Amino acid sequence: MGSVLMVGVDCSDCSNRAIDYAAEHARQADAKLFIAHVIEWSPYTFSTVEENAERHKRREQELSRAHAEIVDPIVDRLKSEGLSVEGLVRHGHVAATLHALARENGVNNIVIGRQGTSMLKAHLFGSVGSHLVQTAECAVTVVP
Amino acid sequence: MSKQKVVMTALFGLLGSFSAFADMGIDEKINIAIKPYADAVANTVFYSFPVGGVAIPFVLVWLIVAASIFTVYFRFINLRAMKHGLQLVRGDYNDPEAAGEVTHFQALATALSGTVGLGNIAGVAVAVSLGGPGATFWMILAGFLGMSSKFTECTLGVKYRLEHEDGTVSGGPMYYLARGLAERNPLLGKLGKVLAVMFAIFAVGGSFGGGNMFQANQSFAQLVNMTGGDTGWLADKGWAYGLVIAVLVGLVIIGGIQGIARVTSKIVPFMAITYVTAGLIIIGTNYQHIPAAFGAIIAGAFTAKGISGGVIGVLFQGFKRAAFSNEAGVGSAAIAHSAVKTKRPVTEGFVALYEPFIDTIVVCTITALVIIITNTWDPSVDPSAGVQLTSKAFESEISWFPWVLTLAVLLFAFSTMISWSYYGLKAWTFLFGENRFTDTAYKILFLFFVVVGASMQLGSVIDFSDAMIFAMAFPNLLGCYFLLPVVKKEMNEYWADLKAGRLVKTRVG
Repeated sequence: MGSVLMVGVDCSDCSNRAIDYAAEHARQADAKLFIAHVIEWSPYTFSTVEENAERHKRREQELSRAHAEIVDPIVDRLKSEGLSVEGLVRHGHVAATLHALARENGVNNIVIGRQGTSMLKAHLFGSVGSHLVQTAECAVTVVP
Repeated sequence: MSKQKVVMTALFGLLGSFSAFADMGIDEKINIAIKPYADAVANTVFYSFPVGGVAIPFVLVWLIVAASIFTVYFRFINLRAMKHGLQLVRGDYNDPEAAGEVTHFQALATALSGTVGLGNIAGVAVAVSLGGPGATFWMILAGFLGMSSKFTECTLGVKYRLEHEDGTVSGGPMYYLARGLAERNPLLGKLGKVLAVMFAIFAVGGSFGGGNMFQANQSFAQLVNMTGGDTGWLADKGWAYGLVIAVLVGLVIIGGIQGIARVTSKIVPFMAITYVTAGLIIIGTNYQHIPAAFGAIIAGAFTAKGISGGVIGVLFQGFKRAAFSNEAGVGSAAIAHSAVKTKRPVTEGFVALYEPFIDTIVVCTITALVIIITNTWDPSVDPSAGVQLTSKAFESEISWFPWVLTLAVLLFAFSTMISWSYYGLKAWTFLFGENRFTDTAYKILFLFFVVVGASMQLGSVIDFSDAMIFAMAFPNLLGCYFLLPVVKKEMNEYWADLKAGRLVKTRVG
């Protein structure tokens, strides 16, 4: 089975090291690469009637903005470098959604950048990296 | 933005002009001016006929008969679908592709924050006082039957909602009455249009009445009660309270400051949980009285001693307050539920079962038990003093709780107003079309009624509020009867898929 990589990105230029790392590996292994962005969202929040009525519209806007501003520029850049790249955007809990996307696309290595979350914050809320590792279903690479 | 500013300035100007002649009992003036109209409306909707010496309003029979027929027609779906409804709320069947859309949980929580409120606190106290502990039994039964009405109207709300080109959704009885009946046959389509218009008119009235004036009135009453009662400095300043609330509501619905509404929508569930917890603590610490309380509820339900109207009177009080609290059959919740993202409309019906269940069978029963256990119910209570009675019941066990309750009452009232302003606006734009002018006209009227509601006294607000909300049930349920086969088809197809394992469960455990 060929190697399939996925990079989780926060914004278009804050995950550069992780992207570079993944791109390098994808090039060497001639692997397919996914650029994934998760829009933080929970199915259990409380909202007003009006927010609900407009939710579908807002979601479409959020998805197209995430594509246009975060994922697509990276995909285009890597494509021009000759890699096989595809962008993914989805709403949800970051770690759980990255795992779900990996599962659905046959990814065997998720690459993320270190966030530099403080010890206290990580202790209280957990960090994406540690969540991802604790619930790993495939290899997870954290790039410092 | 500048347009909004102009509107806001005009609005505050209008509201401010009230205070000009405030010094000489404006509350009383408003009361005298509105009362004859309010009474006339109430008398029409509550057309009553005598049963065993008690005047029973036809609308109440209408609600209970429909709920019972729906329960039998769907073969006790209110019980059968409870387990699956819970799985849907938990998100066991959420489509990962639809992440970011309105989930079943969110639709239910939003609808609940529009229903849980003063009806659960004030209404129950009145029911238990006037009907005795036995009223609780009938209240629970009405809640149980109401689950089937809610199931029916919310399934239809999703099925016939309108998805606009800009991606927003409009749903509710206006749409299923107009579109659903037309789909059945052209002749029914004409009736559907008439019913939809009737419903919309009543919904606008209900949004000014129970969804607004009643809330303003009762929350103010509780505030007065907490600040020295009739002799306190707040006592004759209903208009001032009304102005403050009108400005806050105005900031949200005209000023577009959704932040206030969003914060409220997040606090309200916690207030509800606090209320339920406090109730359970009181019931728990008096556990030795629980059997006696249930004994009184059962005994009182069938052998009413000293209650005006006997057993029929008890039943009437229980049914009335349950219906007013959970609004099953009224059609209002269908507007809120229809925003959910699902390919199978009936799933929202299963979820909506939980609305009367939580509202009436859980929350109202807790209120009733607290009132019965603390023995604070008082047959001579004024029907407008419901909140005060519940407040007294909680105070007898937790001395500082009335302050928490006051905060809860204010927040419940506010969130109910925001929800109903939306319901009313949807009905209004259904009648008059969607544009800036009609939109703003409705919102200004809505704010005007906030002030009126806070200023008016006693029974007339309650009667008018009840009347307008219950009137919605006439066109709504009549239309539902014609659409029952549609719901049944949806339900049977879905149920078969579920039993055959054709539905994808996306979360295990």
